[in-house]
Amino acid sequence: MKEEPILSVQNLAIAYKTRKGFIQAVRDVSFEIMPGENLGLVGESGCGKSTVAYSLVGFLGRNGRITNGRIIFKGQDMQSLDEKSLRELRGAHIAMVYQEPMSSLNPTMRIGRQLAEALAAHADLPADEIRRRCIKALEDVYMPEPESILVRYPHQLSGGQQQRVCIAMAMLNQPELLIMDEPTTALDVTVEAAVLDLVAELQEKFRTATLYISHNLGVIARVADKVGVMYAGELVELAPTAQIYSHPLHPYTVGLMRCLPDVDAPRGTRELHPIPGRVPSPAEVPAGCIFAPRCEYAAPECSEGRPSFEEITPGHFSRCWRAREWLETPLWTKKPAQSSTYVCAKPAAEEPILKVEDVRTYYPVPFTSVRSLIGLEKRRYVRAVDGVSLSVDCGYTLGIVGESGCGKSSLARTIVGLEAPTGGKMEFLGIDISDEPVERRRREVIRHLQMVFQNPDGTLNPSYTVGDQIAMSLKRFRVVPADEVYGRVVQLLEAVKLNETYYYRLPRQLSGGEKQRVGIARAIASNPKMVICDEPVSALDVSVQAAVLTLLQEIQQEYQTAMILISHDLSSVRFFSDYVAVMYLGKIVEYGQVEEIFSPPSHPYTAALLAAVPRPDPTLKQEFIRLSGEIPSPVNPPAGCRFHTRCPYKIGEICEREEPPARRMSMDHIIYCHLPADTLHAIHPVIRRSA
Amino acid sequence: MAVESTFIRITPAQLRWRRFKEGVGLIFSSPTAVLGLAIVLIWVFIAIFAPYLTQYTPYEQDYKNVNKGPSPQHILGTDHLGRDVWARVAFGARTILLLAPISVGVAFLLGMILGLPAGYFGGWVDEVVMRILDSIMAFPTILLYMIIISAVGASPVNVVIAIAIGGAPGIARLIRALTLDIRTREYIAAARLRGDRPVHIMFREILPNCRGPLIVDLLLRIGYAAFYIGTLGFLGLGLPPPTPDWGGMVQEGHKFMTTNVWPVLSATVAIVTLVVGLNLFADGLREETMRYQ
Repeated sequence: MKEEPILSVQNLAIAYKTRKGFIQAVRDVSFEIMPGENLGLVGESGCGKSTVAYSLVGFLGRNGRITNGRIIFKGQDMQSLDEKSLRELRGAHIAMVYQEPMSSLNPTMRIGRQLAEALAAHADLPADEIRRRCIKALEDVYMPEPESILVRYPHQLSGGQQQRVCIAMAMLNQPELLIMDEPTTALDVTVEAAVLDLVAELQEKFRTATLYISHNLGVIARVADKVGVMYAGELVELAPTAQIYSHPLHPYTVGLMRCLPDVDAPRGTRELHPIPGRVPSPAEVPAGCIFAPRCEYAAPECSEGRPSFEEITPGHFSRCWRAREWLETPLWTKKPAQSSTYVCAKPAAEEPILKVEDVRTYYPVPFTSVRSLIGLEKRRYVRAVDGVSLSVDCGYTLGIVGESGCGKSSLARTIVGLEAPTGGKMEFLGIDISDEPVERRRREVIRHLQMVFQNPDGTLNPSYTVGDQIAMSLKRFRVVPADEVYGRVVQLLEAVKLNETYYYRLPRQLSGGEKQRVGIARAIASNPKMVICDEPVSALDVSVQAAVLTLLQEIQQEYQTAMILISHDLSSVRFFSDYVAVMYLGKIVEYGQVEEIFSPPSHPYTAALLAAVPRPDPTLKQEFIRLSGEIPSPVNPPAGCRFHTRCPYKIGEICEREEPPARRMSMDHIIYCHLPADTLHAIHPVIRRSA
Repeated sequence: MAVESTFIRITPAQLRWRRFKEGVGLIFSSPTAVLGLAIVLIWVFIAIFAPYLTQYTPYEQDYKNVNKGPSPQHILGTDHLGRDVWARVAFGARTILLLAPISVGVAFLLGMILGLPAGYFGGWVDEVVMRILDSIMAFPTILLYMIIISAVGASPVNVVIAIAIGGAPGIARLIRALTLDIRTREYIAAARLRGDRPVHIMFREILPNCRGPLIVDLLLRIGYAAFYIGTLGFLGLGLPPPTPDWGGMVQEGHKFMTTNVWPVLSATVAIVTLVVGLNLFADGLREETMRYQ
């Protein structure tokens, strides 16, 4: 007998009412979720993934409405339900976990009351039974000391713990369907790994059907049984996970996979293939196949009729005119891992362009009590950067990786002079810049030390045109005579793959990736000897990330600029850097050439980071080095080795008492750890391919 | 990127025209703003063409017709000195539409000079500026005006000064709050990394991005200023007598209200419509700019 699906979505179409009339955000989406099955929805931002999720619980806001299709949950048509029955369904039978744990918990309520509320809304239970169940739910998500968690407020928990509470709350009523909307996107990679473990485990234990939304193919590969790929409001491919990763039948799916830097591919062995163009806005969907304008396999007939969503092989659907061709000639084969041919040639005894010695950046903690205000208590400081030494050679890239709060951005801001260092020495081009904020630096220093920023929306002044903002740098540093400024701006725009038409555009007329390119053009306008890139791609969609990373690499090769790439993403660091420094709580724990960092011997923290990266390959079984506990506060960092509170290899008291020594593993490779060298050699994340 | 290359190249002049059209479009998409603007424009029209809209000057006295109601000769009647009420209202519009924007303009200059550095530098600069402003704001506005005017005497220039001093703290606080937010943006860091001086950053990078909320605030303040000029006139602290001034008209006319309500009524209606018009315009504009974000 065939099992009934828990949820069945048929030809769903959703429109939003805007000033310009109705806009079709989602068109013709059909899928089913079986009991105990996990369906992953993946796609770039603006593809309608979240809209589909919200429509399932009837949450489209005042201006959204379902214009076509049916949503059938346990045999019931959701659209025929009134508000009251919908309310009964939500929470009890369909639960949801959101992206931002901080904003999905009520900051004024204790965790215990919030959990109890979710339970009491749907079941009439005595108080002690409610309490017992809440504690049980927290135990299920591995919260330590659940009783003490119940009386805490959300702000007293870390982001990872908050997300666990959200998951516990969603699971309280044992729903038949769980919707998770990017639940790990806001979390650090080690925390993300732990939450993903939890999701997979709960899945096994409770057999809850799950709709899992993510933009990250690696995350989807780990949790989903079946994957749906969404593009511009349509489902373009739907297949079992193993199949979609090995034999994708839609060019967009392939495009998504090819633009990801691979954390396991040594530097120089892989190129990124960005998807050209951008997702069309729902108002300007092209006729014919929606992906045709960006598709490198597009045939002339692709832009004529719209392909239907067809089952090509059993269970494998694709919306592509040429899908059947891809059965014979596969679109994509994963390259086997190549051994590295990349050798980082050490420059001949040249002085490094930037030398940083024992730099510290502390921020004072705001006064929290009257006693501290009148000076009775010692002033406390956030030790964002706490004794970092490094050097960068001309024309080379240093990658700095670490989780949020490790001080990598503060280090960047200190080097460029936006923050004043509390101590230490910095030398740039042989000039001492330690005690000079950017306002007091020589023009030559400023000119040669530029920065690319993280947030595309903040990087450009909304009041000036793109061209003016680049021209401003040219004029300030007198790079070219005044009458050549326009021409030079156009050259720079072309260098970042934009063209002259962008000169008079305002920032709000650009997409995120375009803004980031203009930010890069502005940074290289003064022909700097060094550019610091602070998370330059982390706010961009994957397809755009690839383009911007490739662009940065081309610019570096052309101008021989030294770069510092700051990132939390190990794969882009491996793709891009010559040297890598791994930071934890304001200190460097490992430093070396890129391939030395990504292979043993490793610092335990580096290994844990590396192990936590979700790989877009469902056949890989990773054995995780799990990190216990939370990142300690940089106001009061642990004594001795800062990592000892979470280190799975801790050898004893020495780790708690003494600063770890610098162990030189090779000419450039330094690990700060107490462990003996042969143990360090044995540490590496175990990845094996399941049969 | 085939889609993008179809963009036509535009010149700076076209760009300015396009931005201007967008701004106008913003006003016209809100019925509230259009209504407000229409009322304000009527008063501007009356002020500009005052000499052509009446056959009298605001000073001429018709001794035979004192304190009369509307008649074919005097459409809004005459006041206690036999002056034509309509002429005084029309010429009074000139006074108020000149003084209110000028005093708000001066207040804006003061507020900008104080608020930008307070927000941008923070620290002790902020403390000093804010405490000075707090001490001004501690006085009730009308009391503050009375103190200033009675100290320096009643004249158009002094009215402007008084209203500017009274309005500056509010504007400074608004600009400071906007600056506090904007200075953390990355484009400010980018400007610093270009070697821009603080003055340049404050006026060129920060101030233009304050304009949305600032325009709305200034429009509202012009309304309040009109109101306060009226109040000062009523208290006898406004413009010295024969000047046509709506507040003064109410003050002079209220003694005769039982026999002739027209001078007071006309001046009151004039003040109310102008202030309401400005407020509607500002509110409509604010709603539209909010909706855009």
